[in-house]
This record gives sequence, structure tokens and C-alpha cells, in this order.
Amino acid sequence: MSLTAPASFRVAEYRLRSMWKWRNSIIAFGVGNPVLYLVSIGLGVGALVDANSPDGVTGVPYLLFLAPALLATAAIQAGQDEVSFPTLAGFIWNRLFFAMRATSLSGGQIADGVLLAASVRIIFTTTVYWLVLWAFGAVDLGSALPLIGVSTLAGVCWGAVALALTSRAKTDSTYISVMWRLVIMPMFLFSGTFYPLAVLPLWLQWIGWISPLWHATELGRWLSYGAPLEPWQALLSTAYLLALGATGLLLGRRTFEARLTA
Amino acid sequence: MIRARALTKAYSRAASAKRAERRPSEDTSAKRAERRPSEVSTGSDGGRTLLAVDGIDLDVAAGESFGILGANGAGKSTTMRMIGATLQRTSGELTILGRDPAHEGPVIRAHLGVVPQQDTLDTELTVRENLLTYGRYFGLPRTALVPRIEELLDFAQLQDKRDEKVEALSGGMKRRLTIARGLVNDPSLLLLDEPTTGLDPQARHILWDRLYQLRETGVTLVLTTHYMDEAEQLCERLVIMDAGRIVAEGAPADLIRTYSSREVVEVRFGTNRNSEVLPHLHGIGDRIEELPDRLLVYTDTGESDLQEIVARGFMPVTALVRRASLEDVFLRLTGRSLVDG
Ligand SMILES: Nc1ncnc2c1ncn2[C@@H]1O[C@H](COP(=O)(O)OP(=O)(O)OP(=O)(O)O)[C@@H](O)[C@H]1O
Ligand SMILES: [Mg+2]
Repeated sequence: MSLTAPASFRVAEYRLRSMWKWRNSIIAFGVGNPVLYLVSIGLGVGALVDANSPDGVTGVPYLLFLAPALLATAAIQAGQDEVSFPTLAGFIWNRLFFAMRATSLSGGQIADGVLLAASVRIIFTTTVYWLVLWAFGAVDLGSALPLIGVSTLAGVCWGAVALALTSRAKTDSTYISVMWRLVIMPMFLFSGTFYPLAVLPLWLQWIGWISPLWHATELGRWLSYGAPLEPWQALLSTAYLLALGATGLLLGRRTFEARLTA
Repeated sequence: MIRARALTKAYSRAASAKRAERRPSEDTSAKRAERRPSEVSTGSDGGRTLLAVDGIDLDVAAGESFGILGANGAGKSTTMRMIGATLQRTSGELTILGRDPAHEGPVIRAHLGVVPQQDTLDTELTVRENLLTYGRYFGLPRTALVPRIEELLDFAQLQDKRDEKVEALSGGMKRRLTIARGLVNDPSLLLLDEPTTGLDPQARHILWDRLYQLRETGVTLVLTTHYMDEAEQLCERLVIMDAGRIVAEGAPADLIRTYSSREVVEVRFGTNRNSEVLPHLHGIGDRIEELPDRLLVYTDTGESDLQEIVARGFMPVTALVRRASLEDVFLRLTGRSLVDG
């Protein structure tokens, strides 16, 4: 294992070099996305919501309620994009992973490297997002580390799941449509992002319970403005995210190696 | 460098794939069907396994340039990937650089250069960045890579394209870059899977020249090809593969001497007439082979045999007397021509 880390760094180095080519888009999206969201939904819809429910949503102004969820969404989105596109490229578009596997790298090290580089992007995205939230008064200064931390955790763990799922994709179009329709969209819609999960009918709530976004959001609201959360719930949510991440990485590493040596 | 004994790779195929695979062979001759890699029934699921490489023996010594010649689907790439320690063998023995790829893959690959059949370059990066990142995968320090990349850019004649995106390169340039990339770790064994397929004649000659230079520096070359002229040019020794098996082995000249006459007369009488004329040529040459578009007369006295054909009253549309080549060896051994068989 001690040799594994440096080798995956080399893969991450390549990934970061490729990302660097897209730095303008990454920065523009990193800043533009939260600003647009906050202006339209946070302030626009928020004003409406607040006007109609003077006690706020679950007792806080809508913007405060929304902010941790938006942050976690952005982190998970970054993890999804920064893992799935390079993985599709590596296996299907330019088959670069096959070239990497012809060097002294193993499939597992390639998987590690992709996730590692995605983590850098996730940290960047969540930090920028948090700064914008803070500028809009949606979070307190003191929430910086815990909020960025928990969102990054969710993003990286989801990235690991995306690693396992994407590495099984046979064609890019099927993967993208199935993944978006059956996984990403339901997760973003039914994770208590825009309204508390309890508002949903019970037969839809299970989507939230298995959704890393919901767990990250619950943790985030607790860390941001002290939304009620039992310690065991916090522990459970954290453990759930970690377990998802570990399983994803384990399966992903295995699929990478198997596919690159088949 | 390489030692293989009874090396075998079986691919499992699903029952559905098997059916699709079978269809083309049903309406062709038995001869064609028997050249397909063997399929072996396995297990309860009704799936089958395809013996892509079917028990081959190989020995390649240091400094040698060795070729694997074979038609589409012969098992060349499968063999190369097993040698390159990227594909696990199903059975048999394999030793690369004195080690077993099943257990010491990364150590072996650190000393290999691999040029896969399909280019696997990063088209978003520049020429130089492709070389740099590939060198970094091996863990080579940047300080060592910078001068090495300059040498490789010279070698591949890509200096003036160094900062261009790979996207903008021609096929021949990409191939040269892939070869340069395979050399970045200064390998002692270079594996080239169809290095010049799809290139125009000029690009092929440039590549041959580069590979010739490499040979001079003592790098061991193993290459696959289905161009016999390429095999004759680049390989000191080669094997001919057909349907996963090795059907002949030797130096190109020896193979030609063993399996063919010295000269070949190629005559065309028009598509339908070739088979009509054939019975009337009895006694001319050692052997006559009928191809869809022409007859090949194997002989040591080409000119006089051609005169004899004309003297018997058969005026060919076109006629050519040439030296025998590996193509003829391949035709003799496998019953079909090498390219577009
Ligand atoms: N990953 C795979 N799974 C299943 N069958 C495979 C796989 N790769 C190759 N085959 C089959 O194995 C046989 C040998 O293939 P291989 O690619 O080694 O041939 P080749 O000599 O390199 O051919 P070509 O000249 O077309 O590159 C073919 O019948 C092919 O269909
Ligand atoms: Mg091949």
C-alpha cells in the first residue's frame, strides 16, 4: 500500500493538468453557478417563501435553509462531473486508461488518481461556493470549515460511487441518460434540498434516506445554523457517507483493473 | 527477453454473441470455417470460449527484431497484450524479461515500450504534454524527462508540432507520437501492434526508417503486421499466425525458400476466365494457385513459363513475373491472401 499513494499522485497530476486547460470554464462555472442560484432561487423564491411563511422554513429564513443544501449539491455535482467525464474518456472516448495501464500503473492506481484529482476540484468548487454564500449572507463566517468539510466529504464519497458506476459504462450515451434520469435527477429532487424531506409522501422519502445529498444536507444544516439533529443521526449520516465512498472506491478500483486487463 | 510455452488466451463469449458470431461462417465454405479460432463449449450457461491464442511457443532474444504476421483476427493483438502484461493468459508459461507477468506486471511494464494498435493519445493535450504525462506515469522525474522529450521529438520529427494539440496532427504524425511515447521510459523491449496500418506509403517509409534506427541502438523489437513488405523489411525472424496458432517460423528469406518457389507468375484472364484457363495450364510451374482475380504460377523459371502459357494459346489480360514474397508463403500456409482475406 505504501507504494500506491505516489503512483496515484502521478495520475492525479495528469488529471489536474487536463483540468488546468479548462480553468477559465471551471472558474466561471464555480462562481457563476452559485451567484445565479442565489439571485434567482435564494433571493427571488426565498422572498416569496418568506413572505408566505413568516416563521421561515423550519424556523429559519429560506436562504439559510437552502444554503447548506446548495453547497452539498454543488460538491456532489462536481464529484460526478470530474469523475464521470474523465472515466468515460479513459475507457471509451480516447481509451487513455489503456495506455496508462500499459505503463507501470495498475488499474486501482488509475482509479485512485482520478478520484484524487476530482477531490481537488471539489474542494475548489465548495470553497468558492461557500464564499458566495457568505457574501449573500446565507452562512456565517464560523461555518466555513465545517460546511466546506462536510460538503467536500459528500462530493468525494459520491465521486467514488460515480467511479464504480462509470467504469461499468459500455456506451457513453446510455450511461449519461440512465445516470441522469435514474440517479442524479431523483437525488437532486428528493433529498430535501428545496423543502424539508418530511413534506414528501412517505413512499418518496426513502430516496432521501439513501441519498448522500440528504445526509450531507442534514449535517450541513446542523453545522450551519444548528438545525436540530441528534448526535447519533450526525454519526450515522457521516458513517453512511464514508461507507458509500469506501464501497464505491473498492468496487471502482476492481472494475478499473478488470476492464483494463480484459 | 520473451519465452512462451503453450501460451493460450480464451475469451468467453455470451450465448447471444456466439450466435451472431456463427452466422457468417454458415454460408461460406468449410475451408473458411475451419480457419476461425476454435470455439470450445463451456459450462452450464451455454456460453462458449474462443481460443484467440491457442497454445503458441515463442522465443525472442535480446536485440532481435521479431515479427508476428497474420490476418485480421489471427490473435496478434491478444498475443501482444499478454506479452505487454496487460492481459492475463488463460494457460501456458510466459516469461518476459525473466519475470512472470502474472506476478510482476508493474516491474515488467516499467521496462516495456508499448505501441497499441489504436492510438490512445490525449487529444486535448499538446504533443509535448502527451510525452511528459506518459513519462510521469512511469514515475520518471521531470528533470530527466525534459531532455528525453527533446530527443524523442527529434526522433519522431515532431519538433515543429511540439506545442500543437494532438487533435491537429495527421494520422502518420499521431502514430509517430505514439511510438515516441512508447520510448519515453527507454525500454529494452518495444512492442508495436500494427505500427503502420492505415498510413500512406510515404508515412510508412518514414516510420520504417525510425524503427530501423531503433534496431541499430539495440532495442528489441516485437511487431505485428499484416503487410508482408513490412515484415520483410523490419523483421529478422517472424512467425506466421493463423486462427490463434503459429503455422510457420523463421527468417523471411528462409520461409520464402521453404514454402515457395523462387519466382511467381501472376496472370489475369478476366474474372470468369481464370478458372476456365486453369485446367489447360497443367504441367507449367511447380504449383498453381487460383485467386478470385488471378492465377499464381509458382516456378523457378518465370519468364519461360509465361511464354509457355502464351504458346498454349492463352493470352493473359495482364501478366507479371516477380520474386516470391511472404505473401506467397502466407497463401500457401493458410490458403488465403494476407490483406483483405
Ligand atoms: N476482448 C475480447 N473479447 C472477446 N473476444 C475477443 C477480444 N479481443 C479479441 N477477441 C477475439 O479474439 C480473436 C483474436 O483477436 P485479435 O485482436 O488478437 O486479432 P488480431 O490478429 O490482432 O487482428 P487484427 O489484425 O484485426 O488486429 C478475434 O476472433 C477476436 O474477435
Ligand atoms: Mg490486432
